[in-house]
Amino acid sequence: MKPILAEKMKLLSIYQPSTMLVSRVESVTELEKLITIELPEGGSFQHRPGQFVEVSLLGVGEAPISISSSPSRTTNSFELCVRRVGSVTNAIHALSPGDLIGIRGPFGNGFPMERFRGKDLLFAPGGLGLAPLRSLINEVIDDRGNFGRVVILYGARHPSELLFRDELETWKERDDVELHVTVDRPDEYWKGKVGVITTLFYDIQIHPRNTVAVTCGPPVMYRYVIMELLGKSVPEGNIWLSLERRMKCGVGKCGHCQMGSIYTCLDGPVFSYSQIKHLEEALS
Amino acid sequence: MTLKILPKKALPAWLDGLHANYRLVGPRAKQENFVFDVIQNAEDLRLDYNTTILPPKKVLLPQQETILQFDTSKDFHQVEPVFEDTPTVLFGVHTCDMHAINLMDQVFGQGYPDAHYQTRRQHTAIVTLECLNPCTEFCFCKSMETLSVPEGFDLHITDLGNVLAIEIGSGQGLTLLQHAKMVRDAGPKDYQHLQDVMSEKWPRFAYQLDFDITELPSLIALSYKTEVWDSLGDRCLGCGICNVVCPTCNCFDVIDEVDFDLQSGSRYRIWDSCQLDRFCSVAGGHDFRSSRANRLRHRFLHKFKYQPETYKIVGCVGCGRCAQECLVHISPVDVLNELYRRQVPFASIEQEVLV
Repeated sequence: MKPILAEKMKLLSIYQPSTMLVSRVESVTELEKLITIELPEGGSFQHRPGQFVEVSLLGVGEAPISISSSPSRTTNSFELCVRRVGSVTNAIHALSPGDLIGIRGPFGNGFPMERFRGKDLLFAPGGLGLAPLRSLINEVIDDRGNFGRVVILYGARHPSELLFRDELETWKERDDVELHVTVDRPDEYWKGKVGVITTLFYDIQIHPRNTVAVTCGPPVMYRYVIMELLGKSVPEGNIWLSLERRMKCGVGKCGHCQMGSIYTCLDGPVFSYSQIKHLEEALS
Repeated sequence: MTLKILPKKALPAWLDGLHANYRLVGPRAKQENFVFDVIQNAEDLRLDYNTTILPPKKVLLPQQETILQFDTSKDFHQVEPVFEDTPTVLFGVHTCDMHAINLMDQVFGQGYPDAHYQTRRQHTAIVTLECLNPCTEFCFCKSMETLSVPEGFDLHITDLGNVLAIEIGSGQGLTLLQHAKMVRDAGPKDYQHLQDVMSEKWPRFAYQLDFDITELPSLIALSYKTEVWDSLGDRCLGCGICNVVCPTCNCFDVIDEVDFDLQSGSRYRIWDSCQLDRFCSVAGGHDFRSSRANRLRHRFLHKFKYQPETYKIVGCVGCGRCAQECLVHISPVDVLNELYRRQVPFASIEQEVLV
């Protein structure tokens, strides 16, 4: 058997990453970095908030990462907020501006913006869950007139783990955004609220039938946030979540992200609670 | 469909002709079992094989397959996809395995088409073989409706004793047959002979499932919460052999390998198994399908509910390999019949209420 190279055949592989340029690397916290990726000249990259890309470090591997920048704020670039947890994400942290990176995508469905318009929006990101929701929140803020109230309830374990602190400040300063932040364990400088994210729900009043809630965070968080939302009578179909799975291929072939009959990479990663509540494997 | 007749004594010369022009892959003996392998000598091909250890999917989706080659030594990254297009004849495929290949064609063809699979598939001609006897005690092809000849083959062979009846399924099949000598058109007697052989074959196979396969998706949906899965999970060793020997399992992992220069290398895919621990783990160590019971249920859900709904093809072809290889004797037939048995009381209650 003699393998042949694609050049001869003009075939395209769905697994071939496009080479792009790392234009900026910022530390967000001790564990997370924000990587700005620039498209090659003439390249086009259109994404919706909630979609993800497969990030390739040739020789190390590939990992699915959600897009953290809003389509409304970028044209020939996008941002990924990456926590270092494994081999690929550690290799991403070692990158500097000018380095090359492989990208496939964007993949997944993204948030259904058309169903959010005109509604009050309640965002409940926990920890790194702010990374994908930041894309959505900024998209909404840049199109502010088309949405009702915007409430953000953000929980982190520790003040040092709060993401995008500058951006949190700008959100806080706006009259048309209600931001509430809490940490599980305060440090000596922390003056804000203390407690898990669900404690933020006690103090807010919403109009349940006109509210769309969007949550993203560690697996353990969903059950409790959903209970709070159901407790406030937000309809199950109005509760939206973004799920994390290890999509190896991103295109519905490898099987890793499958839950029941759903491929998270194709049918998700964004789901309404009513779509997945019957699936034990979705939120357990 | 055109029917041709080839005397059996002309088969070796035909195989030699195919071997000279194609990579010829077919069943051959390996110790007391059979495997699909490259056939160098016509006498190695064993059309009397019962079943093979691995299904012929390994020709179209190899256990390990390079998908990209890369070189990062220059200012730019050179990344080239790798496609395999050796002209191949896959000879002697049983009808159940052909059904499985038809399903794989859908899986890798729909949505985002996978050119790596498709290139292999396009350069592989398939000669199927009519089974005249149940291959093992484990097969349940009659229940899965894979006992008959499906579409997708290029040639289809039925053994009529001294001669082979050959149906031509494609132009490619016709080309293959041009390497054979002593081929003649079938006459009325040959058709009668074929009909007799097929009529005699049918009763030799037994229905193993207690219900019709059209009921599978709803049966599996209704059985989502049954304790059958828990008791199976207690038995299952989570070894993944059922995935390995399955003709329709296509899950894979993707792994990078660098050469000694640490700059060039390849990315390959390798068979993976949904029954293995950590198949569904994510960053941070959380595992969404951590119990063997849930993993086993997932396998059944995928094959008997999701794939029929998506592709209109049941994801199990009844080859029986998983039941044969399972160390703790978990058989799809037993599991499905048990699920059905448990559903029957509910069905009758429903009926009473409706009446």
